[in-house]
Amino acid sequence: MSSENGKRLPETDAAGLNFEATELTLGLPGKSRVTSDGGAKLGSKRGFSETVDLSLGDKKDTNKLGQTQSQIDAREAAPGSKAQVVGWPPVRGYAKRGKKSCKYVKVAVDGAPYLRKVDLEMYNTYQQLLASLEDMFSCFTIRNFLNEKKMDQVNGIEYVPTYEDKDGDWMLVGDVPWQMFVESCKRIRLMKNTETVELAPRTPPKWSRRS
Amino acid sequence: MQKKVACSFPDEVLEHVFSFIQSDKDRNAVSMVCKSWYEIERWCRRKIFIGNCYAVSPRMVIRRFPKVRSIELKGKPHFADFNLVPDGWGGYVLPWIAEMAGAYPWLEEIRLKRMVVTDECLELIAKSFKNFKVLVLFSCEGFSTDGLAAIAASCMNLRELDLRDSDVDDLGGHWLSHFPETYTSLVSLNSSCLGSDEVSLSALERLVGRCTNLRTLRLNRAVPLDKIANILGRAPQLVDFGTGTYGADLQSDVFSSLAGAFSSCKELRSLSGFWDVVPAYLPAIYPVCSRLTSLNLSYVTIQSPDLVKLLRHCPSLQRLLVLDYIEDSGLEALSSSCKDLQELRVFPSDPFGEEPNVSLTEQGLVSVCLACPKLQSVLYFCRRMSNVALVTIAQNCPNLTRFRLCIIEPRTADFLTLEPLDVGFGAIVEHCKDLRRLSLSGLLTDRVFEYIGRYAKKLEMLSVAFAGESDLGLHHVLSGCESLRKLEIRDCPFGDKALLANASKLETMRSLWMSSCAVSFGACKLLGQKMPRLNVEVIDESGPPDSRPDSCPVDKLYIYRSVAGPRFDMPPFVWTMDEDSALQVHALHVAEYNRKPDWIGVGTYEESIQGLRAKMPFVLYLAELSNTSQCSSQPLLSGDTTLTPPRPLLRLPIETLESDDKTQRSKEGKYMIKMRYSMNPTICFEIRPISTRSFPGV
Repeated sequence: MSSENGKRLPETDAAGLNFEATELTLGLPGKSRVTSDGGAKLGSKRGFSETVDLSLGDKKDTNKLGQTQSQIDAREAAPGSKAQVVGWPPVRGYAKRGKKSCKYVKVAVDGAPYLRKVDLEMYNTYQQLLASLEDMFSCFTIRNFLNEKKMDQVNGIEYVPTYEDKDGDWMLVGDVPWQMFVESCKRIRLMKNTETVELAPRTPPKWSRRS
Repeated sequence: MQKKVACSFPDEVLEHVFSFIQSDKDRNAVSMVCKSWYEIERWCRRKIFIGNCYAVSPRMVIRRFPKVRSIELKGKPHFADFNLVPDGWGGYVLPWIAEMAGAYPWLEEIRLKRMVVTDECLELIAKSFKNFKVLVLFSCEGFSTDGLAAIAASCMNLRELDLRDSDVDDLGGHWLSHFPETYTSLVSLNSSCLGSDEVSLSALERLVGRCTNLRTLRLNRAVPLDKIANILGRAPQLVDFGTGTYGADLQSDVFSSLAGAFSSCKELRSLSGFWDVVPAYLPAIYPVCSRLTSLNLSYVTIQSPDLVKLLRHCPSLQRLLVLDYIEDSGLEALSSSCKDLQELRVFPSDPFGEEPNVSLTEQGLVSVCLACPKLQSVLYFCRRMSNVALVTIAQNCPNLTRFRLCIIEPRTADFLTLEPLDVGFGAIVEHCKDLRRLSLSGLLTDRVFEYIGRYAKKLEMLSVAFAGESDLGLHHVLSGCESLRKLEIRDCPFGDKALLANASKLETMRSLWMSSCAVSFGACKLLGQKMPRLNVEVIDESGPPDSRPDSCPVDKLYIYRSVAGPRFDMPPFVWTMDEDSALQVHALHVAEYNRKPDWIGVGTYEESIQGLRAKMPFVLYLAELSNTSQCSSQPLLSGDTTLTPPRPLLRLPIETLESDDKTQRSKEGKYMIKMRYSMNPTICFEIRPISTRSFPGV
């Protein structure tokens, strides 16, 4: 299986690769085309790397034709191995057959009309997870219509990442060692700051806000 | 109702006669005989099947059929199973449930396939339908076990709860304990797709024990092997059983109670599950094997000799699902043990490996086809094939109705002759005159499509990948296959010509999917403009297709016939090609949502643009809501030039609005339409067209 999930290219490399990656070809017979889905995990539900690679409004990850990081990643897949084709062979739910090692949790943001899913197994630290969440929701602008105020970044002063653990308790992300968090986390919610007072009073987690 | 002819029957008699006519096709035919039959028939139709939820609107269905008790709906295209349809594409069932909640209080059955179902939907079902009996969610997603708990708690007459292959947010097994102690009507429960490690075993055992009519029980992986005996002991009348995990350290007392439990299940005909199999435990099922007609071993990762040992005990087998560990030798053994075999599915154990890991070739399939005269349905994954093998299969199995062959490496030629496999598949369609479903693979030229167009007259569904050479291939299919309903194509060099030349054919089909082909954006627009009863949807995640020349190929194309017009719940990466660009819905950013039924807050135009670039699921906002204090956004202008390229925003001319209870005239003469569509989590939104005063040109 390809191993390019979650890999990030530095901006200059991305810019350099983009030119070839964006060439529109019709894919003559004999060439398999890699689509924007990235083909990272065939037959499985979209992994986090695919959602983050949609580069929500994060301009540095898209070139002018709007091709996404995942396409570039897929091209960059280990040289020598074939670029995997999305959805081929047509096996359903392959990841569910036998493998239990993905840990998908839903991420909800207060005020957002949709949820995202992340695979906690894709990260090794809180930093990585929270950086990805930032990217996922970075262009989400929330309007507090009562106050006519705009809140720019999800992970700034206004939102606190919390999670529900196996016991059903809502905890602040960052309180427990990473591995314990991965095992016990059932879902994540980015709560509005005003609602977090009833959680156990702790200092905010030590991750830093991207400037 | 007027009787035009003196000798016609009274309506009640006709209705009684019609009640014996169950099939949809026959019912449709009956309704076309004359106006009075149409009227009588529509009042007594109880069961509706809608193969594409966007082909018709809930409102239209309810208007025509006011007394429906059972509904079946399908949402996403089939290729969604293989990740070709991006998340958020659509297929939301909430609008249907919301409408039916009011119109069909006596609805008993809901069957859904590939639709997005939320907990809110499930709660609404639980609350709205007092006699609800059957819920089948086949490959659905978007809901959690909380929604199931609501169903369990409220539906006193529930008979069937089948979640097969659905993607459920499994929050643990506690939902089972929401079935009240007085509830005993369960006949069928399939929760095999639930993924949590937790399950409430005591609730499960009690439920099984008190539901004496239980016939089907498919457990999920979390149920351990040593609990099976207990469960089966409480339900010896089971006909269809799916185990949970079927592996554990071998203990003789566990084994013997398991074997004893199985042997007391005299009615058992179908087995499945078998995750994590330990071969030593398989003999426990031998007591029931001789009666088994269906066996699903698609999670059983044991080697061929052990598989063969098991299969030799199953002479009555009609349906087998198995991994390719069975190998050619195992299939040979199968063909001599199981003469009644009707359906065979062989799945790949290592689909993405480059080298074969098992000795399974075309020979295995050929030996089954030669020896099993009743074989009708085949799904076979392998790594090599030959024309000679396919011809042999075709000649020996003329009764095949479903033939799906997947040669794992695209464009693989006949391994003996290195020729394309055109002749082989040609033989299949020529000899198997009742073939309804066909999936092609391997190296194929336009010739195979010529054969298909010429011979496959009963073919209803065709799946094509990495095949063909030119538009002629597609033309053969569209012009020749008279019964074609669903056509799905990926990675083939089919372009505009065949599509446009056969545009009217598309109205006789349910749907056409083409991805990674060579259909241009210009052709899509033309098709959309010329064919008002087709919805032509372009899916392209890399940006708006009109930012590129019209000659550029589109990434994915989904065309389906519809009497409901273009849909409004599309995500930003789906564009609809419509005759009237003013009806193109370009969803905009939802700044905030709330659950108030009247409207939701929306953002300014600038936020909307940002949202469009962000590609998030949106809702369209049209008008200045100047009469509410909750929003002070600026009016949207059409054709804004700051948006590259300039795109028209939705303008709904007044005359296209439905004038029913869903619209109300406000004192300023503006119309509001409430559309209770939902994405996850649920939102209600409004589209408000504005008066011509503030929107010149509408």
